[in-house]
Formats: sequence, C-alpha cells, structure tokens
Amino acid sequence: MKVAITSTGNSPESKLDSRFGRCAYFVVYDTESQSMEFIPNPNKENIEGAGPASVQLIASRGAKKVISGEFGAKVKSLFDSLKIMLVILKDPEKRVSEIIELLNH
Amino acid sequence: MPRPKRIRRMNNPPHFKGYRPIGLPEENNPVVINYEEYEAIRLSDYELNGHVEAARIMGISRPTYTRIYESARRKVAEAFVKGRAIVFEGGKVYFDSEWYACNQCGCFFNHLEKEQEIVQCTLCGSADIEQYRNNPEFGPADDVCICPSCGKEKKHVPGIPCRNETCPDCNGPMTRKGVSHRLGMGN
Repeated sequence: MKVAITSTGNSPESKLDSRFGRCAYFVVYDTESQSMEFIPNPNKENIEGAGPASVQLIASRGAKKVISGEFGAKVKSLFDSLKIMLVILKDPEKRVSEIIELLNH
Repeated sequence: MPRPKRIRRMNNPPHFKGYRPIGLPEENNPVVINYEEYEAIRLSDYELNGHVEAARIMGISRPTYTRIYESARRKVAEAFVKGRAIVFEGGKVYFDSEWYACNQCGCFFNHLEKEQEIVQCTLCGSADIEQYRNNPEFGPADDVCICPSCGKEKKHVPGIPCRNETCPDCNGPMTRKGVSHRLGMGN
C-alpha cells in the first residue's frame, strides 16, 4: 500500500510538514517494496485551491493513506469520497524516517 | 433569493448505482433517489433512529429531515408500484467518517470502512486508541422542559410528558424547549 507523507525537505531526515496543501514535498512511500519517492509540491505557491490540487496529485499516485499535520476543510470531504485515509500527526518535530519506522510496526 | 440548502452529512454512499425491476423490459425513466434520501432511509429504517436523532446525525433540522425522508419513501413507493428502476444520484451531501485518536503516538486518523471494526492505530499499530469526537453537536439529544410563562428551564425526565411537569416558580404546566414555545403557541 502506498502512503503519502508531507515533508519539509527532500531527504528522509526532513521533518513533517504541518500543512497539507502547501507543503514543500510529498513523500510517497510504498509499504510493500519499501521504496520512497519525493515529489516537489507544484501547488505550493498557489493563491487558492492548493489543497484540492494536491489531493489530485496524491490520488493520481495511488496513495491510500495521507499523513500530515493538518488538513483543510475542502480537502477532508474530497479524501473521504476518494476513500483515502487521513492521519493527522500534530508533531512538527517528527522526521519522515521516524514516521516510516512507525508505519512498519 | 431563497436560503441556500445546508450541506447534509452522510456516511458512505451506497456501493451500487441502483435497482431494476425483474421481468420488465428495460425502460429509461428511472426514479432518481438522491444521496440524502438514501441516507434518510438508512438512518430511519435500517439503523432505526428517531427523526430527531437522525437529523442530528445528518446535521440538519428535524423538519428538513422529515421532509427528505417523506420524499424518499414516496419515491420508493412510486418505483415499486409503477415498476420503475431506481438510481442513486446527486444530492447536497458531504461524506464524513469517524475519527479516532491514538494514545500511543498521538495521531488522529479517520476510518473509512465503517463495516469493519478498527482495532489498532493505523500509524504505530498500538491498540490504545479511542474514538474522537470533536463535534459535540452530534452528542445525545439533551431535552429540556421550559415554563412558557416565566422561562424557567428544567431537565426533561424521559417518560414524563413536559405538560405534566409543573414549574417550580409559578406552578404552571411546562412545555418542551425548542418545540412548541418557539412556535409561539398560546398567542
């Protein structure tokens, strides 16, 4: 299963980005192959609609779970109808590698 | 301009598109039941909620709920009697899911497959999770009796009609808060 994590940088040591729509990078982690892919967020500088555009991006990568610090109001219902699970982690000090470790419990 | 419709909260949409009568040639004039009507039938006739409770779950007023439910039943009846197909389509709804909090890693996550019971945290795998309610609006109905003359409120005791309760201040009969006294009855 693929899991998307919002990240502030493009390395596994980067910290979790607490915003979903305007995060710096998305990390798409595949729990089966344990592979990681860093995608720079093209919607970072959008004036509006960054959240829904990012939902499109995540959905097109086939992720079934999204981990971020916070999700906007427009985004929640979109993810619900796409059957993508949301995980809110209110810990901006967590590193991407630590989250992946948690996922491999 | 009429007041815009409130967006109705609902669980999962039905996982199929509709119904077709057996033994009739296919016709293309189906009855369209929208998602909020489907949800009303599900809440009232499948989960057996009262209208007040169901309206609370959908985030709409009780009269609006009753109107949606009435319309849903009429459509189902029409389809049955006339042998028309039913399709689920449209409606002013948003899909909502239940949220859980993990006490181990401190994360919150939502649960999409409501039929399956959730036993562990999706992130760290801990079993120390609990359902998270950030919306106290959807809690159990809190009924209050109110005195129509002096406005004194008192907690409603289930089983005792409010009109049989007497106001401790002016000894008059009480009424249910938010129902008849809001309609201005007695004027």
